[in-house]
Amino acid sequence: MTIVLNVNGVERTVDVDSDTPLLWVLRDELRLTGTKYGCGIAQCGACTVQIDGRPVRSCVTPVAQVAGQPIVTIEGVTGPEADAVREAWVQHDTPQCGYCQSGQILAAEALLRATPRPTDADIDTAMAGNLCRCATYPRIRQAIKTAARTLEGRRS
Amino acid sequence: MNTLPEVPLSRREMLLGLGALVVGAVVPLPGRSGRLLGAEAATGPLVANAFVCIAPDSTVTVLSPNIELGQGPFTGLATLVADELDADWSQMRAAHAPADARLYANPTFGVQGTGGSTSMYVGYESLRKAGAAARALIVAAAAQSWDVPAAEITIERGVVRHAGSGRSGSFGDFVAPAGQLTPPAEPVLKTPDRFIYIGRPLPKLDTRAKTDGSAQYTLDVYRDDMLIAVVAHAPKFGATVASFDDAAARRVRGVVDVRGTDFGVAVYATSTWAALRGRQALAVRWNEAAAELRSTAAIEAEALALVRSRGQVAAERGALDAALAAGHQLIEAEYTFPYLAHAPLEPLDAVIERRGDLIEVWMGSQIQTGDQMVIAQVCGVKPGQVRLNTMLTGGSFGRRAQQGSQFAAEAAAVFMAAGGRRPVKLFWTREDDIRGGFYRPQMVHRLRGAIDAEGRIVAWEQVIAGRSILTGSTFEGAMVNGIDQTMVEGAADLPYAVPNLQVSVHVTKSPVPVLWWRSVGHTHTGYVVETFIDELLERAGKDPIAGRIELLADQPRMAGVLRRVAEISQWDSPPPAGRARGVAVVYSFNSWVAEVAEVSIGPAGEPRVHKVWCAVDCGRAVNPDIVAAQMEGGIGYGLGAGLYGAITLDEGGSVRQSNFHDYRSLRIGEAPEIEVAIMPSAERPTGVGEPGTPPIMPAVANALRRLTGKPARQLPLVQRG
Ligand code: FES
Ligand code: FES
Repeated sequence: MTIVLNVNGVERTVDVDSDTPLLWVLRDELRLTGTKYGCGIAQCGACTVQIDGRPVRSCVTPVAQVAGQPIVTIEGVTGPEADAVREAWVQHDTPQCGYCQSGQILAAEALLRATPRPTDADIDTAMAGNLCRCATYPRIRQAIKTAARTLEGRRS
Repeated sequence: MNTLPEVPLSRREMLLGLGALVVGAVVPLPGRSGRLLGAEAATGPLVANAFVCIAPDSTVTVLSPNIELGQGPFTGLATLVADELDADWSQMRAAHAPADARLYANPTFGVQGTGGSTSMYVGYESLRKAGAAARALIVAAAAQSWDVPAAEITIERGVVRHAGSGRSGSFGDFVAPAGQLTPPAEPVLKTPDRFIYIGRPLPKLDTRAKTDGSAQYTLDVYRDDMLIAVVAHAPKFGATVASFDDAAARRVRGVVDVRGTDFGVAVYATSTWAALRGRQALAVRWNEAAAELRSTAAIEAEALALVRSRGQVAAERGALDAALAAGHQLIEAEYTFPYLAHAPLEPLDAVIERRGDLIEVWMGSQIQTGDQMVIAQVCGVKPGQVRLNTMLTGGSFGRRAQQGSQFAAEAAAVFMAAGGRRPVKLFWTREDDIRGGFYRPQMVHRLRGAIDAEGRIVAWEQVIAGRSILTGSTFEGAMVNGIDQTMVEGAADLPYAVPNLQVSVHVTKSPVPVLWWRSVGHTHTGYVVETFIDELLERAGKDPIAGRIELLADQPRMAGVLRRVAEISQWDSPPPAGRARGVAVVYSFNSWVAEVAEVSIGPAGEPRVHKVWCAVDCGRAVNPDIVAAQMEGGIGYGLGAGLYGAITLDEGGSVRQSNFHDYRSLRIGEAPEIEVAIMPSAERPTGVGEPGTPPIMPAVANALRRLTGKPARQLPLVQRG
């Protein structure tokens, strides 16, 4: 069926089965390959995108369910939080293989918009769904704190 | 942490701005300069040698023979070149070298491949020479162009200068004339006091592309007219396809073909979702005549029976039996280790396409030479007709370094079964990965140790039973006296001065395929040796660190990391209430790593690791920040597996686990804070990708024993009900 999606602020029309997970529509149809597959069952977070600003596992999200809603992927995430998170990721040289990092960054960006000064417990909760098999967790934690400090500095 | 500007990663396709075809036609010849075929002489890059390519815009691309799996060889190897070349870090790029064993064989294995934590050890010589040779070409070309003596030319941060005449230029200015010159056979290398980058925490070349979604992995390769294939694999190891009914699968919209292969039944579709749904709709009957039908519990019981008697002797000294008999205190212990999946976050995948006489492949190939040969064989072409593009890869931990190249063979077979014309992407789901075998072997150890009346450890007997990784593999030649060293490494060469010792092995058999898993034999020998020595020292009334150091009189670097980790962890001060500390030290891949873990018991009764201190001696640290990152990653990887990881087989032989909900992985809230100290050293750089892993679990277990009073001898520590 024909479905109209709003991805990174652009309207995209796709012709797919309505139960196709958003992940495979983004990748196979729209070639937005920054969103990754890791498990297909909402266990790893590699496929994290934002819908209406909130992190969502695209591998278990039927595409028809999000027609018309604002979808943001790693290729399109912008704004002060996104900038601060990317800068902090670069400063701490967080990625190893890098495969999980699109999902980590989208989860971290959403966390900082909702909770500008996250505690360790906030980070544990918000990032619990994002596996990193390379175990870059210490740097993810540091980078989130760095980004929070940067944002605070820029606000004041 | 980072003091230099970030540099964007240049993808192969962007290399030199000339397009993928030209890049694929790089014909670098060692020991002389070459050019890109088809490139105009005036605009082409300088292929200084097999490893260094300098473009007219002065960017320097280092061709990495090693795959970038996240361990940092792109940055590390580029550092070695940049230093000898006196380049500016901002002009450095890295890309995977083409598959070509003549140019890029790893001397450790004799083929092109990455493993054994050898990239920096090998590259420290070859890549520095490559950088120095490229520098000599630039200097000679500048001397010629300016008509001044070469000895008067200097290069600093990519700027070529002749002070006397006041002339200066950049590398790009000399690319054309340098291409006409012959590089020196034995370029002179810098003395370490003149290093400008080696030893500094330069920012990684591939970080930026890994934060904006632009880094290209195999899964991201889409070719025109490409089919996506998934394979229904046998549910039991060793089972084969008896027959299948594909009528329902073929009715799924988007499914275009279904074929039987030696690896299972392949479903081809125009989209991933259609391929997955098509596979679900298949009905396959399996022939289980040669299958493993035993449970892992039964396999373990067999190994436990074996270790009651001595096996084939791998190491022996002194008079063990007499020492055991005369011992004042005798301790016996049995240890069991489960199968472990590697579970890299990007599951196995490959794209294959035919282009004229060539077979073009994109995959995270860790042993390029083997993969190239096997693909050629299956596709009926010569290895030279297989153009293998090594891709950035979502982790491996050993999984993509297959002796026998079974995954490459599967990809080629699936490509050929559909006619070998349309490009095919073979995609493994997480379930395929978790149930796909090539596990860290299930292992059992039995230990007996004796302490004399004076508190000295006088006897050590270790019997090991389990699967051999090398027996029957293409690397069988690496066995020593008929013994697979990957079963006994770390035990047969026990570092502690115990006068009477014997280590022996029993090899078990099963159709379950096994493979090296980050740090290989040390995953189990490190645990056994380091927890058993800790128990013996405790019985002897010795401090875990001081007691170890006493037994390491002829192991100064091992004692060195122990002393250092004692310092940074403030070993002599008591831990906070409710917590205990444990230590372990392991020598692996030519590096020494000591770790101290501070542990408590969490609310759910699970161990909680709060902090880990790590001291590493890996020779000269080419990039200390990458060394630290590899220690952090190795610790997290080992900790997750040791706490939660197990692949088990039911009675009947089916794998119980299938995905991350039941093959549990470490999550951020379970990851400890980690502090790393790197020993200063002028020795040649040694491994860092694997050596961080072995000490973590014994350090945790030793801390737990102090908390609970009970030794932990079965992994994983958190057992499922
Ligand atoms: S792929 Fe969606 S959570 Fe793992
Ligand atoms: S960086 Fe490799 S999985 Fe996170």
